[in-house]
Amino acid sequence: MPDKATDVIQGTLDMLVLKTLALEPMHGYGISVRIEQMSKGVFRPNAGSLFLAIQRLDRDGLIDSECKPTENNRRAKYYVLTEKGRKRLNNETREWGRQVAAIARILEAS
Amino acid sequence: MSLLRNIAGGLRSLFRREHVDRELDEEIGVYLEMQAAEKMKQGMRRKEALRALRLEHGSVEISKEVVRSGGWESIVDTCWRDLRYGVRMLCKNPGFTIIAAATLALGIGANTAIFSVIDGVLLEPLPYPHPEELVAVRHTAPGLNIKDLSSADACYFIYREQSRTFEEIGLYRNDSVNLTGMAEPERLSALDVTDGVLSILGVRAILGRTFTPADDSPGSAKTVMLSFDFWGRKFGGDRSLIGKTITVEGELRQVIGVLPRDFQFGGRDVAMLLPFQFDRANTFLFDFSYESVARLKPGVTLAQANADVARMLPIVERSFPMPIGLDPKTLEDARIGPNVRTLKQEVVGDMDKALWVLMGGIGLVLLIACANVGNLLLVRAEGRHRDLAVRAALGATKSRIAAGLLLESFLLALLGCALGLALAYGALRVLVATAPSGLPRINEIAINGRAVLFTLVIALFASLLFGCVLAFKYAAGPQLTALRESGRSMSEGAQRHRTRSALVVFQVALALVLLVSAGLMIRTFRTLIQVNPGFVMPSEIQTFRIAIPYTQVKEPERVGRIEEEILHKIEAVPGVSLVSISADVPLDGNGTTGPVFEKDRTYSQGELPLHRFRFVAPGFFKTLGTPLIAGRDLTWSDIYNKVPVGIVSERLAREFWHDPASALGKQIRVGPKDDWREIVGVVGDVHDDGVDKEAPSLVYWPILTSKFEGDNIQVIRSAAFFMRASRAGSASLMEDVKRAVWSVDSDLPLADVHTLGFYYSKSMARTSFTLTMLGVAGGMALLLGVIGLYGAIAYSVSTRTHEIGIRVALGAESEDVLKMVVREGFTLAGFGVGIGVVAAFVSTRYLTSLLYGIKPTDPLTFATVALLLIGVALLASYIPALRATKVDPMVALHYE
Repeated sequence: MPDKATDVIQGTLDMLVLKTLALEPMHGYGISVRIEQMSKGVFRPNAGSLFLAIQRLDRDGLIDSECKPTENNRRAKYYVLTEKGRKRLNNETREWGRQVAAIARILEAS
Repeated sequence: MSLLRNIAGGLRSLFRREHVDRELDEEIGVYLEMQAAEKMKQGMRRKEALRALRLEHGSVEISKEVVRSGGWESIVDTCWRDLRYGVRMLCKNPGFTIIAAATLALGIGANTAIFSVIDGVLLEPLPYPHPEELVAVRHTAPGLNIKDLSSADACYFIYREQSRTFEEIGLYRNDSVNLTGMAEPERLSALDVTDGVLSILGVRAILGRTFTPADDSPGSAKTVMLSFDFWGRKFGGDRSLIGKTITVEGELRQVIGVLPRDFQFGGRDVAMLLPFQFDRANTFLFDFSYESVARLKPGVTLAQANADVARMLPIVERSFPMPIGLDPKTLEDARIGPNVRTLKQEVVGDMDKALWVLMGGIGLVLLIACANVGNLLLVRAEGRHRDLAVRAALGATKSRIAAGLLLESFLLALLGCALGLALAYGALRVLVATAPSGLPRINEIAINGRAVLFTLVIALFASLLFGCVLAFKYAAGPQLTALRESGRSMSEGAQRHRTRSALVVFQVALALVLLVSAGLMIRTFRTLIQVNPGFVMPSEIQTFRIAIPYTQVKEPERVGRIEEEILHKIEAVPGVSLVSISADVPLDGNGTTGPVFEKDRTYSQGELPLHRFRFVAPGFFKTLGTPLIAGRDLTWSDIYNKVPVGIVSERLAREFWHDPASALGKQIRVGPKDDWREIVGVVGDVHDDGVDKEAPSLVYWPILTSKFEGDNIQVIRSAAFFMRASRAGSASLMEDVKRAVWSVDSDLPLADVHTLGFYYSKSMARTSFTLTMLGVAGGMALLLGVIGLYGAIAYSVSTRTHEIGIRVALGAESEDVLKMVVREGFTLAGFGVGIGVVAAFVSTRYLTSLLYGIKPTDPLTFATVALLLIGVALLASYIPALRATKVDPMVALHYE
């Protein structure tokens, strides 16, 4: 059951997954680890929410998947950013920046 | 693109559930496996690592559930689960399900049946291409007090030549013809048409060709088209018949074509179509005895067509001569105007009102049925109270529970819908078989796609209706108390009780409205039967028609002699007591009308006092039982000597001379150049237009006349024979009669063989049809209402067993208990009747046009129905009350 904490992340999780995949194709666990690393441990997506986000992105056509062997020689699904996904990522990054700046201005106003 | 992908993904997880599940399983598995490996690298043991993961993510199942609930397909999935739950609940309680579904089926089926009738008769477009362009070209003559006048050949010519709004126009007229030259002569129904009629209707011949303007020109070769059925029946579908001739009315006609099997026009089945061959040079004004159909030019409105006809009418009047003896002023005073209306309006006639009333009535039955099912559901839900409470406690949201209840109701309604359709199918066959005479387009009635859709919609509506009662009640209220209550609540919550009582009151009220409507129709019918139609025991009078065509016998006197000879031959048939002849049958709708001028009165120029005519032979009044009030009957010597005499009806005598007896010896005539005719008798009035219409003022003339509407000698060639016989209506009588007729002339076919009783009941067909249908609806309403009331009281008694037990233990007599329960039923019925009376008072005025002789607020009907309902209600509550008195206090107190 989604609780409030994941709800907050949910809006941004999609964007974070897209960002991770923008660097290179990645499997589910890789995405999770990468997000944790990049956020320096602040975000650690739970398996349920992560795969929900992946399913959503996949159905929206923002990412594609293919099965490939991992570095440890196991078969896993690797996700690839599509052209559409790249565009979406750019848009959202820009929009996010605008919003963060706006919120920061409000919070810093004395 | 992404939408498609989304749908495909959802469908995949719906229909390849296991596959998708395994994929997800694998993926999460790999994920956890990798994370575990990472943790083990950090020095954890495998078991510890897995445990840590589970703490972090929860179980694999929960993760899967989260992913699954993300897609749209999860909603479908939920519905599917609710559906299965609903089906399980319905199957668990088959008794309830059957009763509820049967009740609904009754309501829904009746609605579907009536809707199918309305659809076939009123809604379905006429079966011709672009039916919206087809119009009936009719007229009005306010100056003669005629609201609806047909068309004339003179009008036809001008409209055809000068109209700006008609694409094409045609005339037609019902006809009946003798077919001879074959084994047995046959009288057949035919349709006379101008050449445009078939192309207006978009009808093509399936064999041969249709009429051309040449076929319809005077003097050209006589042709005929056959209907598909007649061609098959009489000629075995012989394709080589085209081009051959048959003898129609003693004339040879060439068969030029066969009509398609589904050809339908003029409201009856015809054997053949004949071209009119109107002679334009020989056309007079004022012969409004033809029907006219036209196709409007695309985009033309009725108003434009009417304006166009109004423009052309003066041209018609300038273009053709007046018939001999008629004053031009007459035409002017008639003020003939246009009355173009849609062909559909023309075909449907006055049945629409009755049908809509029926639809309303049957709709009420459905509401009552819904109330009944709602009540049943409420009672059943009492038992499921705990079940619902448990579901709520386990986290089901209110909307989820409400949706589940509604879905269950809908399932029930669907079941009722399926049963109802089957019922409607059966009911329609009965309906079509029993109501043929009053209903137009009857063979177009069937359960089609629209009716099925209608059924589904009302089923949905019904389920919403009774489902909502339930959903609001159980999804909204606090649930947890139910868990605490032990098994059964001690006494009924007042609110639950109130809903059920309201439903019962509602049912009784609706039933009263329906029963009052049915009661009013019964009263109407009784009043109609009590009207003296002007003849006695019509079912013992056999009638039939023969026609002696000009081509067969030319001299009018000889026609009269043949007719008399036939009459005497029939008199000799065993069992026949009286025989006579007339030009038409009372109530058959073919009466002719003409002007009657009195000798001692001066008329303003152009004044046209119109009265009904009937041409009769001696003995007509005695045969029908119409009383002779003054003077004498006609004699055969009057007939053959063409004595200028006539007989008038009592009404006409009173209109002219205030007193029947003083009419005798007075002189009247029809045209300014005719002989004056002496009135020799006055007879009782006959309701010639139906018993619900006033009796017209009638003049009876001899069947053979001279100097009547002109100089020549006239005779009735198409004669209706009347005979009073106890065997009337039997085939054996007609066999004897046929032999009697053919002993005089074997080329004379018999037609329109009916008893006078047939015409009599046909004239009341609309009333008896409405009466039967409303009666059935009222009966159903009464039954359902009583069941509802009985159920409510019985249930109330069963929940109060404990209370009653205490009362009895404290010394209440069984009589007190009886009274208490019956009073409860009486109160409910009383409220229902009160509300129903008000509702009926408001709604019965829609019946006004169907009633005869009584007001829509007839107090006797209202009182009778109210008493009946209360009486039945008392009976319905008496049975459970009796059971209540048998409550053993010991058992009742131990019950909990």
